[in-house]
Amino acid sequence: MSSTEVPIAEVSPADPNGPDPKKLEQVESVVIRFCGDSGDGMQLVGGQFTNVSASFGNDVSTLPDFPAEIRAPAGTLAGVSGFQLNFSSLDIFTPGDAVDTLVAMNPAALKTNVGDLRRGGTLIVNVDEFEKGNLQKAGYEANPLDDPDLIAKYQLHRVPMTRLNRDAVAGLGLGMKEADRCKNFFALGLVYWLYDRDRKPTEDHITEKFGKKNPTVAEANLRALRGGFNYGFSTESFTTHYQVPKAKLAPGKYRKIEGNEATVWGLVTAAKRAGKTIFYSGYPITPASGILEELASLKHFGVKTFQAEDEIAAMSSVCGAAFAGHIAVTASSGPGICLKGEAMGLGVMTELPMIIVDVQRGGPSTGLPTKTEQSDLLLAMFGRNGDSPIPILAASSPGDCFYLVQEAVRIALEFMTPVMFLTDGYIANGAEPWMIPSFSDFPSIKVEHPTGKAGAWGSEENGTGNGHGEPEFQPYLRNEKGARPWAIPGTPGLEHRIGGLEKADITGNVDYSPANHHKMVMNRINKVKGIANHIPLQEVLGPEKGKLLVLSWGGTYGAVRTAVQSCLAEGKSVAHSHLRYLNPFPRNLAEIVKGYEKVLIPELNSGQLRLLIRGNYLVDAVGLNKIQGKPFLVNEVVQKIDELLES
Amino acid sequence: MSAEIANSALPVLTAKDFASDQEIRWCPRCGDYSILAQMKKVLPTLGIPREKFVFVSGIGCSSRFPYYVNTYGFHSIHGRAPAIATGVKVARPDLQVWVITGDGDALSIGGNHLMHMLRRNLDLKVILFNNRIYGLTKGQYSPTSPVGQKTKSTPMGSVDNPLSPLCYAIGSEATFVARSVDVDIKHLTYVLERAAHHKGTAFVEVYQDCNIFNHDAFLYASDKSIKADHIVYLEHGKPLVFGKDVKKGVRLNGMHPEVVELGKGVGEDDLLFHDEKATEPSLAFLLSRMKYPDFPEPMGIFRAVEAPIYDEQVALQVETAIKKQGAGNFDELFNSGDTWNVD
Ligand code: SF4
Repeated sequence: MSSTEVPIAEVSPADPNGPDPKKLEQVESVVIRFCGDSGDGMQLVGGQFTNVSASFGNDVSTLPDFPAEIRAPAGTLAGVSGFQLNFSSLDIFTPGDAVDTLVAMNPAALKTNVGDLRRGGTLIVNVDEFEKGNLQKAGYEANPLDDPDLIAKYQLHRVPMTRLNRDAVAGLGLGMKEADRCKNFFALGLVYWLYDRDRKPTEDHITEKFGKKNPTVAEANLRALRGGFNYGFSTESFTTHYQVPKAKLAPGKYRKIEGNEATVWGLVTAAKRAGKTIFYSGYPITPASGILEELASLKHFGVKTFQAEDEIAAMSSVCGAAFAGHIAVTASSGPGICLKGEAMGLGVMTELPMIIVDVQRGGPSTGLPTKTEQSDLLLAMFGRNGDSPIPILAASSPGDCFYLVQEAVRIALEFMTPVMFLTDGYIANGAEPWMIPSFSDFPSIKVEHPTGKAGAWGSEENGTGNGHGEPEFQPYLRNEKGARPWAIPGTPGLEHRIGGLEKADITGNVDYSPANHHKMVMNRINKVKGIANHIPLQEVLGPEKGKLLVLSWGGTYGAVRTAVQSCLAEGKSVAHSHLRYLNPFPRNLAEIVKGYEKVLIPELNSGQLRLLIRGNYLVDAVGLNKIQGKPFLVNEVVQKIDELLES
Repeated sequence: MSAEIANSALPVLTAKDFASDQEIRWCPRCGDYSILAQMKKVLPTLGIPREKFVFVSGIGCSSRFPYYVNTYGFHSIHGRAPAIATGVKVARPDLQVWVITGDGDALSIGGNHLMHMLRRNLDLKVILFNNRIYGLTKGQYSPTSPVGQKTKSTPMGSVDNPLSPLCYAIGSEATFVARSVDVDIKHLTYVLERAAHHKGTAFVEVYQDCNIFNHDAFLYASDKSIKADHIVYLEHGKPLVFGKDVKKGVRLNGMHPEVVELGKGVGEDDLLFHDEKATEPSLAFLLSRMKYPDFPEPMGIFRAVEAPIYDEQVALQVETAIKKQGAGNFDELFNSGDTWNVD
């Protein structure tokens, strides 16, 4: 049966019990990338492929890549949007280095993405879009699909997707534009066949999403999906399809989670553990807006969200809500964090608990809004006037956001301090399988508010009375961790004033005297330093001492871990340590970094952690620095490791 | 428990109860003293326990205010008091929150926050101490300094067109707008009381004398011997009459106000009658544009209308969500969407 004889939509779907006309091969892992115009719905089909693969039991890791412009002119290079997914039968940590299968919906998408396709990889193009106008917009002088080089390098499948898709949805009374809008589902259907995926979850999704509101659109998308699937099944262009077996993940119940979502769930969970309400204030900014949106949808968890007039107001209102006794949180990206700096300083001075999330993106200035980078570490560390210490934590993967942001909340409450929580665009939008925890797994977080005569009251004996032989509430009397009491408005008898002027030790009254200022600066610094005694020790994968330590932080975890694991498997002398606590550093870090001949610090910046490590430990660390708005490829790290081991 | 019973259970407070132990550091004869004194008189009359008050300020001479009242207080950063107060109030609608600010703090560095606080209509009380100068930084011109004013930063006179705080507030949809003068003790007390009782954002401009850098800037409106001809007290439902012998009035001529002599064929019924409850802010805006020396400057309540209150609405949405969806269940949340088992 040839595809030309039978109308596509009428081909019966592949029958799992019947004979399969095509070869079915097993492979370990596949990296697939969908790319097309930003209006082509690539993120949607990428997300669907991810869900289906994850629920099948593969390990997955994703890398969405959007243009900064919402709708750049159709067909242009600037308007290309992509979604990469690595799905595997192994335990994986990255979305993959080289692409095995590239689906390109137009010439611009081909041009910007084909360089990442491995030699011999599968290239599926919508040949209908390769006409003069689109070729011109992409800057092609001749049709690349006729290029003998391209044909020799890849397994090229020219699929007339626009036409086939129109045929598949014909008869539903859709206009041409509406019909064409379904072609992403046609492409998805085709790769579902190619990788032997179950269509059902996506069909259910389509019915659920459009079924009630617009049954015709739902039907069209369903037909497009089946049309694509059946095309793969019946056309002679494809001779083989593939299966990626289930991964051996730890037993349990899983779901897929994205970084921003995990951050939100972690925040809400931590608030509940502390028996407190979340006050969240933010200003829309890529790639952090998802946090505001997701929290706004969790009002039934008692969450109060406030979309402020600007970043400054967002941070300032957080100071106000923290004073009033809430778990106060804001999130932004680099440009917004710059604006927040002043009020973060107020948070440091008033020693109130609050969380500042920085979903990092390419900078400086507006920079690369939709691309990832790790270049705000020094901003987090030093981006305020005066000696203004703030603890910093950085998540290493989407799922880690859930756990680590709870640590951030714990530290903020326990030490009465603002805490910065760093993620990045890659983690925020990336997804991975996540073993579903049970709320009862998490112990409560203790929060004390002094009331009446209990707690934080000075006395004449210890020199903190009011001079009339009476005890008096002392807003800056510290406990053994250096934390001051969190007395909240509404508590009778504890009326007190705080503010941005230097505070007198213990009483908290305004005090500019030289010795007091020195003491208070050191109090704040030592309090943050002391947190090192209340966080886990740093761990190392590989030999405890030796030739080379690779020290990483944040979202590079996956690439670096995979690189070191593969080197270790080859018997190379290399170790990996990944930092999640960046201020203060874990107390055994000095010992670790001094245990190796060489220390390599790979970062998506020009060497910010390296500066801190060299400054703190006088270790001659070497950098591997990539500042391209893209995560590391595993191979880039492996090459650098090899280079250092050989030299 | 009814509000009355709740109130009767409160200890009776006096102005003294609201005095803090901090030494007041304003310059001698600064207008701030009087505003503080009237505030301390008003607070005990409100039937609110002391611990439920929060004073939030920005930066400037006036922003030292919270240190001098024995309530909860937050002396914050320049211009941000409205945003900080918003955080306090959204978190805790049960508190009575006052914002203390100045002309530079509120209208220059904090102009953006002021606008948004006003349009949202949080249940906050705002007092803007307008002295038409930067006092704390020692005498530069402010957004309310008149053109031509010579200050340290304008040795040849200011060329900067000033702004009227009340026009700004009315343009920002404020639901309560009022003005008074620091030394007009009775009137100031009345205005502060009215502000305290308003449901929604109450914005009060107080003409405040900076004795050091801009002394007597408001002499025309504060000097007992001359002020009657330069100000007009607004009373709801009453005509705008003023002058030493109460012989002058303000009448509308088309869209424009004009000053007229009473008698000579002009009676009170011909004058402009004040309506603080007018839903449209046009009248309030017209009044806020009346400036000395062309007009008497209105004192009192320009506008007092009701509108939904932001902090209440935020709380209400949370309540509604809980009612509709049930209190959030974490395990349900974690298990929502596509899940799968690995054995
Ligand atoms: S400088 Fe002016 S406003 Fe400031 S305290 Fe002195 S008199 Fe008052």
